[in-house]
Order: sequence, then structure tokens, then C-alpha cells
Amino acid sequence: MKVGVVVFPGSNCDHDTYHVVKHVCGQEVLFLWHKDSDVSGLDAVILPGGFAYGDYLRTGAIARFSPVMQAVGEFAKKGGPVLGICNGFQILQEAGLLPGAMLRNRATKFLSQPVHVRVERDDTPVTAGIAPGTVLTMPIAHGEGNFYLPDEDLDRLEGEGRVVFRYTSKDGALDEASNPNGSARAVAGVCNEARNVVGLMPHPERASEGELGGVDGRRLFEAMIHALQHA
Amino acid sequence: MARARVYVTLKKSVFDPQGNTIHDALTSLGYDRVADVRQGKYFELALPDVGADEAKRTAEEIAHRVLSNPVIESYRVEVEP
Repeated sequence: MKVGVVVFPGSNCDHDTYHVVKHVCGQEVLFLWHKDSDVSGLDAVILPGGFAYGDYLRTGAIARFSPVMQAVGEFAKKGGPVLGICNGFQILQEAGLLPGAMLRNRATKFLSQPVHVRVERDDTPVTAGIAPGTVLTMPIAHGEGNFYLPDEDLDRLEGEGRVVFRYTSKDGALDEASNPNGSARAVAGVCNEARNVVGLMPHPERASEGELGGVDGRRLFEAMIHALQHA
Repeated sequence: MARARVYVTLKKSVFDPQGNTIHDALTSLGYDRVADVRQGKYFELALPDVGADEAKRTAEEIAHRVLSNPVIESYRVEVEP
């Protein structure tokens, strides 16, 4: 199995993600440069966190026009699994591959802290085999993670079962105090209609080794690898 | 030379945390007659050798495609020939 990690100018979680896929999960992995326009031969693509193009204009707004995003779009259209983490999620939103947009955090502060997210769906590549209701602990690190979608669109998204992760308490309860950034309906991650493209704000790659404080994030990578190996 | 001005603002239905913070600051400075603040973005596009109509069309397209995110923002374009 071969995973591609996209590197934009300003990506800063690319090496962490590469490390986890290669050394923690033991899979083949390579970096894709933002100017690459070929993703053939890959089984999955990950857009890592960071500040692509300095987050100028809007988070992800410039990155979405890079050549690699055209190729990622075609890869996704053919059903290839794509995971966007934090800034990668924002880029997928700007590219129209995932719904919604990110506003500034409710408190206008950059937040870097562990959060609890509840898995809502197990029918995506990164949550396959993780029972809905499972609470995972992973860190967030973002200034713009306040998920927004107009109410009627959010109703439809929920109706289609496309909210994949929600911020909750460690017991899985929805409450205001557990929603760090003011996201609409505590949405922390969503998927596309075909369910092969998933984005989330928390950083699973930063919670994949015990030495770094937790291994819950590793479950997402392992789920994706397992799903691909048994596809 | 045409010059296009593009104003990008958050849609009315979208909460503006930055505008809200600025409003709080203004209130604490005593500007209590300010009822609300909305923060936006302003762009100037220089289009040499382009007529006003074409400049308007081009700027509208850029505003729609690049400068604004239609999920949360709306835009307004003004062109000066």
C-alpha cells in the first residue's frame, strides 16, 4: 500500500504524517509536491496540517488552485480515499471537495489543546471498524476551525450521515464547554457524498504514539490502511 | 487603465468573531453609539489597457472565484475607468 502526503509551501505537519504512516503504521509513503500533477499509483492521499501559502486570503484559498489539487480532485472522483487534516481539511473545503467553511474560532484565539471527539460514523475509510459513539482524544491547533454551514445545508448534511466527528466531553456528551471553537453543531469532521473524502480539524498524527501522549489518532490511519488492504 | 475595487464581507447570517471583538473594544472605549461592527476585506485590482466593462467582468469573476468564499462571504465590485 502506498500513501501520498501532499506538501504545500507552508505545510508543517507533512513530516509528522509521513512518519506515522511509515514508521508507526509500516506503510510505504511518499511526499507529493504542490506542483505535482500526477497521483497515479497511490492508494490514498493525505493533505496535512500547516499554513499552506501562509493562509493568505483565506485558509486554503490559494492552495486549492495548485496543480496537485486538480490531481487530488480526480483521484477523489474515482473513489480514492483522501484525508484532510486541519489545514488539509480547509483546503478540501475551498476546493469544493468537502462542505462548509471555517470561520475564526469563536474566541478569536489560536487554540492548541487536546480535545475529545466522538466518532459518528463508521462508514468512511478512516473510521471503518471504530464503533459510532467511540470518543477519541487528539490535539487541535488552529485559529480558524469554527465550522460553518447554513442551517438548512447542515440539516441535509446530517440527514445524509456526513458528520463524521463531533467535539464532545470525554464521556461523549454534547455540551457547549466541549466545543472549543464554536463550530456549528460541534462538527469536527465531515465527509463527501461518496464518503471517500474525509476532513477533520484535530490532528491524529500528533496522537499516534504513546510517547507523545496518546494513540487514539493512530486508529484513523490504521482504519484507512485496513480498509485499503481488504478492499 | 481601469482600477477595480472589490469589497468582501461576511454574509449577514454569519457570525463575525473579529467584528464582535472590535465592537467590544469600541464599547469599552466609550463609543457606545456603535451598535455593531462587521470586518471585511478590500482589494484593489489594477487592469492596464482594459476597458471598464471588461474590467468589471474580470473583477466580478475573480471576486467570485478567488477573493470570496460563497459559503460565508459576499462581494461587491466597483470599477473606475
